[in-house]
Amino acid sequence: MRRVLAAVFVANLAVGSIGLLAGCAGEKKESPGKEASGKQEAPAHGDAIVFGSNGDVSGFLTAVTSDSASHDAAGYVFNGLVRYDKNVKLEGELAESWEVAPDGKKITFRLRKGVKWHDNVAFTSEDVMFTYRKMIDPKTPTAYAEDFRQVRRASNPDPYTFIVEYDRPFAPALASWGMSILPKHLLEKYEDISKSPLNKSHPIGTGPYKFVEWKPGERVVFEANPDYFEGKPYIQRVITRVIPDQATMFLELKSGGIDSMNLTPLQYTRQTETEEFRKSYKKYRYTAFSYTYLGFRLSHPFFADRKVRQAIAHAINKKELVEGVLFGLGQEAIGPYKPGTWVYNPNVPKFPYDPAKAKGLLAEAGWRPGGDGTLEKGGKKFRFTVLTNAGNESRTKAAAILQQDLAAVGIQIEIRTVEWAAFINEFVDKRKFDAVILGWSVTPDPDQYDIWSSKKTGPKELNFVGFSNPEVDRLLEDGRRTFDIEKRRKAYFRIQEILAEELPYVFLYVPDSLPTVHRRFHGIEPAPIGISYNFIRWFVPKEQQKYTSFRK
Amino acid sequence: MASVARSMFGDFLRRLARNRLAVAGGTAVLFFFIVSAFPHAFSSHDPNRIDVFKVLRPPSAEHPLGTDELGRDVLARMVYGARISLKVGFVAVGIATSIGLLVGLFAGFYGGLTDAVLMRFVDIMLCFPTFFLILSVIAFLEPSIYNIMLVIGVTGWMGVSRLVRAETLSIKERDFVAAARAQGAGDARIIFRHILPNTLAPVLVAATLGVAGAILTESALSFLGIGVQPPTPSWGNILTAGKDNIEFAWWLSVYPGLAILFTVLGYNLLGEGIRDAVDPRLRGR
Amino acid sequence: MFRYVVRRLLLTIPLLVGISLISFLVMHMAPGGPIGVATDMNPRATAEVRERLKAYYGLDQPLYVQYGRWLGRMSTLDFGQSFSPDGRQVSDKIRERIPVTLAINVLSMGIIFLVAIPIGIYSAVRKDSWFDRISTVTVFTGFAVPTFWLALLLMILFGVKLGWLPISGLVSLEHDSFPLAGRIWDRARHLVLPVLLAGFGGLAGFSRYMRSNMLEVIRQDYIATAKAKGLPERQVVFRHAVRNALLPVITILGLSVPDLLGGSVIFETIFAIPGMGQLFYQSVLSRDYPQIMGILVIGSFLTLIGNLLADVGYALADPRIRTG
Repeated sequence: MRRVLAAVFVANLAVGSIGLLAGCAGEKKESPGKEASGKQEAPAHGDAIVFGSNGDVSGFLTAVTSDSASHDAAGYVFNGLVRYDKNVKLEGELAESWEVAPDGKKITFRLRKGVKWHDNVAFTSEDVMFTYRKMIDPKTPTAYAEDFRQVRRASNPDPYTFIVEYDRPFAPALASWGMSILPKHLLEKYEDISKSPLNKSHPIGTGPYKFVEWKPGERVVFEANPDYFEGKPYIQRVITRVIPDQATMFLELKSGGIDSMNLTPLQYTRQTETEEFRKSYKKYRYTAFSYTYLGFRLSHPFFADRKVRQAIAHAINKKELVEGVLFGLGQEAIGPYKPGTWVYNPNVPKFPYDPAKAKGLLAEAGWRPGGDGTLEKGGKKFRFTVLTNAGNESRTKAAAILQQDLAAVGIQIEIRTVEWAAFINEFVDKRKFDAVILGWSVTPDPDQYDIWSSKKTGPKELNFVGFSNPEVDRLLEDGRRTFDIEKRRKAYFRIQEILAEELPYVFLYVPDSLPTVHRRFHGIEPAPIGISYNFIRWFVPKEQQKYTSFRK
Repeated sequence: MASVARSMFGDFLRRLARNRLAVAGGTAVLFFFIVSAFPHAFSSHDPNRIDVFKVLRPPSAEHPLGTDELGRDVLARMVYGARISLKVGFVAVGIATSIGLLVGLFAGFYGGLTDAVLMRFVDIMLCFPTFFLILSVIAFLEPSIYNIMLVIGVTGWMGVSRLVRAETLSIKERDFVAAARAQGAGDARIIFRHILPNTLAPVLVAATLGVAGAILTESALSFLGIGVQPPTPSWGNILTAGKDNIEFAWWLSVYPGLAILFTVLGYNLLGEGIRDAVDPRLRGR
Repeated sequence: MFRYVVRRLLLTIPLLVGISLISFLVMHMAPGGPIGVATDMNPRATAEVRERLKAYYGLDQPLYVQYGRWLGRMSTLDFGQSFSPDGRQVSDKIRERIPVTLAINVLSMGIIFLVAIPIGIYSAVRKDSWFDRISTVTVFTGFAVPTFWLALLLMILFGVKLGWLPISGLVSLEHDSFPLAGRIWDRARHLVLPVLLAGFGGLAGFSRYMRSNMLEVIRQDYIATAKAKGLPERQVVFRHAVRNALLPVITILGLSVPDLLGGSVIFETIFAIPGMGQLFYQSVLSRDYPQIMGILVIGSFLTLIGNLLADVGYALADPRIRTG
């Protein structure tokens, strides 16, 4: 999944739904309370799992939706050609195997045979071709067309082969084929697939679960697909309940109304340490695929001077942030990549917490303390507004801590929280901001062209801080135009060095993902990508099953 | 004339003092006034001082009401929050009362078409569920303390206007008004010099009760996240944090809730007491 | 009586016009107008969405034309498409959700009825007694307590600590597998807390009103006469006083519609009940302007109906109104 809508993901990730596709992974896989069962329980079919989600599904076709609730739901019903395995490496899903030509400009996918759509029609390369055509079709309201537009030619010489050719090697291409494949026979008559019943009421895919019902505003229900090509999932039903309020969701968890949710750091550390809770639930923890940052509008007169940005970095106590916002469940961020992954460069210039140094740098930049302690230069006080989106408790807390840190070096900030929708459209897109506190989700593929390229600074584009660096531009191209891991790593390492030096963002922290699942679910094995990668192998032993009767 | 007014006022005070509930209410009102006027007397902590290592501590000697989710002293935040909540209450009611007075006075005094139009306007405004209207306007503007004061005020004047109109209607027939007119007083003078002061009693009641309502509304809005924005403390938004930590940090929920309760109760009792004390006709009931 | 009702109905028309005017004003209060925040999350579609919305609202037209279109659409309850990702018709979404909200509000009115009336009557009859004083204070406290706070406390107590009542939603997960009786019981359990809390606020005002009404009536001469005739107090109270004091009940209930609607925003959000109030809150948060306007207008229609009933009730009670 490309980063085009990653910002949306993270904002909507108001700690509610477990993301199957937006997999989170970690090296820190500490699960408190080791798997108590010494004996291996026999996998049994049956039971249901109930997830809690902050938001309701808005549609079932990934291509035309952008919120995490919808993507999670789609993940049960649809497959892509590829997906990420437990170690964050691409593996085949609907594609059995693939070959990248030596010049990097052609990928040949060999598709699985014998896969059926939920309505028993056979899956073939026609469906893949159809999906490709729809993705580049201007009538399809999708945000993910960009990757598919890079394709020069697509062909399917036989029902189980699909070939794409690119003008130039495009490393993120492979990952882009994780997009849900659409059924041609059901969608071909719709010009705009977002209006089809598959999106609006009844999705039909090839995935491990079949759609049962959607009660808007209440819940979505799926049932195991007995003919799934990887084997029928053990858990018979998946139900996602819409509970918009975080506190209520937690109460539901404790009273057994839901089986799983993502905990907030506070809930993880302080509210789930009771004997009672541990008896019923198991907590998991791994580094998330996201980071939070303070972004500067680089055209703002205050921030044009790099010294000022570096001073601000020195003024911020990141340890305090991790402790205060995450209760220690996370780590400081120094760049836009996930710690522990092959692309992460730990050796970049750092700006440790040092208020004295911060003041010194600011003085060098011409800022002197005024009468009330606030810095002044040329008659202007060093005051600016930091915007962040409302409803995200972590960001609000981070903003408050930043306010205090900056006040200590003479910088006054005003915090403004704005609703997400207004935030993006009124402020970010129109560049009406001084600084923002936001987050990105980090995709497994390291290409971050959309965020750092000087070509992506237009309205509604993701490089909204206005970062422009010719060397970074060149490196971004280098990184995406080769499949050679070593060459890519070199390019991205250098990019991280430059970003750390130039500081268009002050990278703040990388949180941990904190899902908790009811103990009756066995088979959960935390891995770098998270816990949901083997969801279809989770099971509940016969005698522990809770939901045993399903009318519908 | 003046001495009659003074003894009327004296009577009023005496009646009020005899009403124990009203006195209790008045005491509560006074208490919170003092708290908001002299916050330093009640707490020596900085309400905005974050200390991430002291997050969500229960009440102790150093922090009598505990600390919140960022380690800030709850008592300090509540004390300064009192100021915000009361400020919103008063300004909102001030706006509402001013509008209501003007509308009611003009409608009652001029009668006829003015009255019909103004009262129709009141009826129309009353067709909107107040809370819905407030939320809608806040959605279109933005949550800021000033917008909230404005919105609560602009949506809450209708009751006052009806009251004032009723009073104006009865007062304008009285002798002293006719006398003033005979002396050549103009409309404005009559309205503002003679009629207005006599409508003040029910207006005072409505305003007192209105402050209670405004505080409740503001706390509801802040609780929902569209009122006073953190880190500015308000009882309502401390409760939001309380909600998120409710079974674990009970002090975050209990104290602001109690504070709202007692303040609103105080204003309600006081308002009712004033109403009883002002109109002897209603007494002996 | 009939003539009065007709007259009253006719009066509703200017009110409707007024509602349309004010809501039109509110709509255009946003900086940038109703599409200032074309919040389709999909950046690619936004340009097209903007064009579509512009045409729909006729924003290039002069203001009075826009108003005319708004008036027309309002009368057919067409509020356009929601800005939220599902893009459904606002009127459809509202229609789905109204029954729940109405059900809860009607039930809570029932609670108010059942509890407030006896309290009010008894307080009046036993004026200044302990009961009167205590119930006065309790009722006032009820008036003053922030109901959302109370909601959370009760949720913790009954939902989590005691486990007697479910804490959110309308029905449990296995609802559909229950027999009919089970389903009714399931719904009932889910409704207890929301209904109770929704009614709680109205209790205070209503019992107060009953009390003062009863007191008025009691003071009347004919009561004294009845007493003088030697009728037992109970008879006097019930037959005469109560009957007369009850008449304005419809009025009060009708007038409480706007407050109940407002309260539903809070309760439905806290209890995760998919009603109109919760939808409204979500629309406000996401700046879903068509939906906000739709619910605002529907809410005012409901209030209008409530006011109408109140006036009719008032007229029933007081013949002078009808003819005067």
